[in-house]
Amino acid sequence: MNFDDTPQEAEFRATARAWISANAPKKYEEELRKSSLGRTALKNADILKVAKAWQKKKADAGWACLHWPREYGGRGSSPIERVIWSQEEGPFGQLSRMFIIGHGMCGPTMMAFAREEHKRSYLPPLASGEKVWCQLFSEPAGGSDVAGLRTRAEKEGDDWVINGQKIWTSGAHYSDYGILLTRTDPTVPKHKGLTMFFLDMKSSGVEVRPIKQASGASDFNEVYFTNVRIPDHQRLGEVGDGWNVSLTTLMNERSAIGAAVSTGFPELFEYCSSLMLDDGPAIEDRAVRSKLANWAVKASGLKYTSMRAISALSKGERPGPENSIGKLVAGSMIQDVATYALDLQSASGVISGEDAELAGRFQAMLLRAPGTRVEGGTDEIMRNIIAERVLGLPGDIRVDKDVPFNKIPTKGRG
Amino acid sequence: MPTNSVENERWWARFALPTLRTEQGLRSAMNFDDTPQEAAFRETARKWVEAHAPKELEAELSKSSLGRIRLAQHDIVDVGKAWQKKKAEGGWACLHWPREYGGRGATPIERVIWQQEEGVYGKLTQPFQIGEGMCGPTVMAFGTEDAKRRYLPKLASGEEIWCQLFSEPSAGSDVAGLRTRAEKKGDNWVVNGQKIWTSGAHYSDYGLLIARTDPNVPKHKGLTMFFLDMKSPGVEVRPIKQANGMQEFNEVYFTDVVIPDTQRLGAVGEGWSVSLTTLMNERMSIGSRLATGVPEMFEFCSNLMLEDGLAIDDPAVRSKLASWAAKSNGLKYTSYRTISALSKGERPGPENSIGKLVSGMMLQDIATYAMDLQGAAGVLTGSDEETVQGQFQQMLLSSPSMRIAGGTDEILRNIIAERVLGLPGDIRVDKDVPYNKIPTKGR
Amino acid sequence: MNFDFSDDQKQLRDQARKFLAEKCSPKAVRVVLDGKAPYDKELWKGLAGMGFLGVAIPEEFGGAGAGHLELCVIAEEMGRANAPVPFSSTVYLAAEALLIAGSDAQKKKWLPAIASGEAIGTLALFEGKGNPSPKTIKLTATNGVLNGVKKPVADGAIADFAVVAARTGSSGRESDVSLFLVDLKAGGVEVKSLTNLDPTRGQAEITFKDCKAEPLGAAGEGWSILTQVLDRAAVLCAFEQVGGSDRALEMGRDYALDRIAFGRQIGSFQAVKHMLADMYVSATLARSNSYYGAWALSTNAAELPEAAAAARISATQAFQHCAKNNIQVHGGMGFTWEFDCHMYYRRANAMALGLGSLSYWEDRLIDRMRKKNAA
Ligand SMILES: Cc1cc2nc3c(=O)[nH]c(=O)nc-3n(C[C@H](O)[C@H](O)[C@H](O)COP(=O)(O)OP(=O)(O)OC[C@H]3O[C@@H](n4cnc5c(N)ncnc54)[C@H](O)[C@@H]3O)c2cc1C
Ligand SMILES: Cc1cc2nc3c(=O)[nH]c(=O)nc-3n(C[C@H](O)[C@H](O)[C@H](O)COP(=O)(O)OP(=O)(O)OC[C@H]3O[C@@H](n4cnc5c(N)ncnc54)[C@H](O)[C@@H]3O)c2cc1C
Ligand SMILES: Cc1cc2nc3c(=O)[nH]c(=O)nc-3n(C[C@H](O)[C@H](O)[C@H](O)COP(=O)(O)OP(=O)(O)OC[C@H]3O[C@@H](n4cnc5c(N)ncnc54)[C@H](O)[C@@H]3O)c2cc1C
Repeated sequence: MNFDDTPQEAEFRATARAWISANAPKKYEEELRKSSLGRTALKNADILKVAKAWQKKKADAGWACLHWPREYGGRGSSPIERVIWSQEEGPFGQLSRMFIIGHGMCGPTMMAFAREEHKRSYLPPLASGEKVWCQLFSEPAGGSDVAGLRTRAEKEGDDWVINGQKIWTSGAHYSDYGILLTRTDPTVPKHKGLTMFFLDMKSSGVEVRPIKQASGASDFNEVYFTNVRIPDHQRLGEVGDGWNVSLTTLMNERSAIGAAVSTGFPELFEYCSSLMLDDGPAIEDRAVRSKLANWAVKASGLKYTSMRAISALSKGERPGPENSIGKLVAGSMIQDVATYALDLQSASGVISGEDAELAGRFQAMLLRAPGTRVEGGTDEIMRNIIAERVLGLPGDIRVDKDVPFNKIPTKGRG
Repeated sequence: MPTNSVENERWWARFALPTLRTEQGLRSAMNFDDTPQEAAFRETARKWVEAHAPKELEAELSKSSLGRIRLAQHDIVDVGKAWQKKKAEGGWACLHWPREYGGRGATPIERVIWQQEEGVYGKLTQPFQIGEGMCGPTVMAFGTEDAKRRYLPKLASGEEIWCQLFSEPSAGSDVAGLRTRAEKKGDNWVVNGQKIWTSGAHYSDYGLLIARTDPNVPKHKGLTMFFLDMKSPGVEVRPIKQANGMQEFNEVYFTDVVIPDTQRLGAVGEGWSVSLTTLMNERMSIGSRLATGVPEMFEFCSNLMLEDGLAIDDPAVRSKLASWAAKSNGLKYTSYRTISALSKGERPGPENSIGKLVSGMMLQDIATYAMDLQGAAGVLTGSDEETVQGQFQQMLLSSPSMRIAGGTDEILRNIIAERVLGLPGDIRVDKDVPYNKIPTKGR
Repeated sequence: MNFDFSDDQKQLRDQARKFLAEKCSPKAVRVVLDGKAPYDKELWKGLAGMGFLGVAIPEEFGGAGAGHLELCVIAEEMGRANAPVPFSSTVYLAAEALLIAGSDAQKKKWLPAIASGEAIGTLALFEGKGNPSPKTIKLTATNGVLNGVKKPVADGAIADFAVVAARTGSSGRESDVSLFLVDLKAGGVEVKSLTNLDPTRGQAEITFKDCKAEPLGAAGEGWSILTQVLDRAAVLCAFEQVGGSDRALEMGRDYALDRIAFGRQIGSFQAVKHMLADMYVSATLARSNSYYGAWALSTNAAELPEAAAAARISATQAFQHCAKNNIQVHGGMGFTWEFDCHMYYRRANAMALGLGSLSYWEDRLIDRMRKKNAA
């Protein structure tokens, strides 16, 4: 057991560090360091522009999606190098947020299922941030139950014609492309009639309507499809095999290791270290300490869990299922952390925005946190996954398996 | 009176306030005061307790908490029986029951007042709780008049103890999955099978027994309820040692036990709905005397010196105590709401079913934290002064049973979700299937 | 970076697991649980024979000369098997204290005896309720003569020697505390067994009356040595707790697969599934924190104090959580003496207190994080 860099790793780290120090947009460093879940905007600049610029610079120097093969815009790096890079990138890594879906899910799906020519033309601009991608899976009637989706794709000659609606599509309003899961056969059981595509978000018939979130911001959208045409060569995987393809995407989402989930703990620790209560610094108060200690060990538990996974990866082993706990633990933890930070602020905790303590950092966190417990698999779905796939417990009793899709009930009551 | 409409939103100021201000209005609003009759009743009860209670046990009883109602010099059953008998003679046993069955015909409120006045001596009624709370009401609802007059007064006076023979090795949460068979032979039923976890069976005189009389119909439909003499030939009681080291529950085996048909409660095949009466009664009786661990913990923290002062002055301790206190107050006032409803002749709502769910986990947490405050010495379970004679250690070891007995936490949450919130039931694979076709093995 | 045990260490784990499965079945544990023996002597001998007792003791002192990582691996298996032997007192506390502060002669006298299973050692630190702190040490040492009472002392009734914390000054500072080594079989020692939560591990009260003792480490250094010993023991105990958590989780999982209610495996109810998933989460967090502790311990890193506290808290919570919900998954069966669930419940709650309570370690963790941040 050791945490030391090998000589090559040390050299790689030095190169990365030198490059970042020479090229990173330093003027945003402070602000990025202070940003946290629910609050990543920059005061005097459009974060999307700054992010794209940084991503492009990285790509030009070979630091974008560095674990991807060179021919698709990467650097062919090892998993460890990728981790070293993200350690060195530090707060500037916050700028990659808007590319996470593209890099973590759409890219790998393209890599696994697209034709060679498509990979060569679409992946490099995706890596360099010139083109942004989104993931069009969830629908009003198919969230946890993605396979219950209804958006139809019908074959017409060499094209597919799409009609339907997606929802919760993060970043659709600034995306250039999307991967899209559709139903191509409603007469077979629900997991069997799905097909995956990718499409240009500027295709005619695509309409994006931003949704205002509970937090007040608008990061996700409804996307409507009216007779949108997609050529058959943009199909990913076989017709009817969309469920398997989507599992590749979702598995990639979960194994986006190192992409540390935020727990809110560092922020809270920092806050308590400087906060004065009536009778002394918060960090000296027993009640505060007890809470901090409990969260500290969760945060460190997650950190070292992901290190174990990285270690396995770097030895060429498949990481175990441990990593699936990350979002489950972090999601409710960040909600509790934010609630407690507000509690420490007492009545003034109710104020949010720039006037609030720490410019409303914890208020923003509180309002964004519920989303973490839902997006990319709700807490309950994550527990099911752990129980079934890790512990080997039986699946839920299903009333919708082996039933033709168009025979499944769609209404709860009345 | 005008209704509370949007156009007339201040209706209450004009119409309701004057009524509320009258004396009658004030009294019909919330208050915790005794009415004059209640005050008189309380006075009588207090005097009686004062004159008759076994005072020599008071200190020991007040120190006993969940898992520790064990007296150093006495057998709890003997002492309990003596106290219960005395109460019965004074008309204070099962006081909400009709007089002809051994009670006093008291109102729900009077019963609560009695319990408040009985105080720590109420802990002596532990061996009778199943009989009083579940078996008695079931006999009252389904027994013949003869049976009621014969059995209930002795149950009330503690002369005869009853137990509840429901759970079986393969049927706990799923009581309706039970296998003990009862077959009709002439005017009698012949019972064969096994029950388990029967609290108090080893000192019980009678038992309420649910058995399967027809295995060919769906499982809820083939059950029938009986009561029986625990000394009948063929009944064998084998004590089970519990996880906390005590022996309070048992396995009960039935081999060709004969029960006369006159001891059947309810119709043949109606056992499930009869059992629900029992269980509903359990739900109502639970709550009033539910242990939460909070009073013990509060007292403990008020006296405990930590390195830098009294525990109760420590912010971390206070924060935990406060949230437990809020929970236990919540339970207390929830049960007051139930009592209030009862005393107005209303059916209490389902609120009371939260009691055991909340207090079971809380007891476990409280015990753990009390031990934490004792530091390394918290492992000791003897009569060590560091650990208040192992009070919380016993609580810790016993508390898991609170989360299981009488409906597990998970079943209680299901009940709340389904019966209170109206959510759908679990998907059932065993309904409408003949009982003998239901799978019995996991892997 | 390599954040995992090596293949050799994993092999050692498999070997220890096999050995314990054979020699330390629940049936064997119950002999001690039921009070028929103070500890499992056969097992103790067997552990010595396998070289497990001296795994982290250098060869020159009769040990195997492997390291703390190997000891962690074995500790995990001891916890999983709920072994009824004085392993933690002897190996994590007494032997570590000797390794840190013992003179050559002291090491020569006791370490080989530990490794060979001839000597059982313990640490006599606590004096009644409360957590480790220089202030709570009242037992005095004057010219090497001890007077006072220690309680509780883990495995005190079967121990051959003890490391005793004594007051040698009255400045009100840490330097008032010094450590002594006491042969418990010599005069001036009175031992009384105490009943405790986990009967598979003994607890005792030891009274020292004009008892002659030799100093362990320099005078006034006692507290700083103890701090190191407790940090090391925190990591090692964390591995036992991780082993126990895993076992409790496995028992719950297996029962959920085997038990039928309402015509279904109870493991098909989400209430049960999610309870088990949450146990897995706690156990995984604890394991990862403990690995970090193991790394810090094996490299004697500056991070050890922080890493040890985190491992301690995380593993204590995980074991308590898994042990308690394992009973819940078992329903009424879980509350019987006959099922093994309560043995883990008892062990989990006893271990939570053995090195000082959870609140105490919470406090330590924050202190240490704060110091690091300030630096
Ligand atoms: C901030 C945010 C960003 C998102 N971005 C995207 C995106 O970019 N692209 C995209 O395709 N989607 C996106 N989503 C959608 C997200 O994946 C879904 O919201 C999520 O999968 C849950 O689906 P749902 O909202 O339909 O909830 P439902 O599935 O209706 O769930 C409602 C509740 O029921 C519970 N539930 C459902 N099924 C079960 C079960 N079998 N067992 C137990 N409990 C169950 C859930 O846990 C939840 O509590 C985003 C969501 C959020 C909040
Ligand atoms: C101290 C004590 C005293 C008792 N006294 C009596 C008595 O006097 N008379 C008597 O008849 N019985 C008595 N019992 C038995 C008690 O009622 C049962 O133990 C209880 O109902 C649980 O049943 P089980 O033990 O079979 O557990 P199971 O039903 O096997 O439950 C095992 C686990 O599965 C879960 N589970 C089961 N079904 C579901 C579901 N549908 N959804 C979600 N989770 C589920 C449970 O919550 C539990 O976690 C006593 C039990 C105890 C511990
Ligand atoms: C010793 C013991 C103590 C118990 N104590 C309680 C208790 O204190 N409170 C409690 O609510 N349950 C208690 N239960 C019973 C528990 O509710 C059932 O085991 C559980 O509801 C599952 O029943 P089922 O699915 O077989 O019946 P279901 O199929 O769920 O129900 C069959 C019929 O009974 C009705 N029903 C089921 N349970 C109840 C109930 N509790 N109240 C009213 N109607 C009901 C349903 O509406 C339905 O019509 C106890 C069980 C045992 C063995």
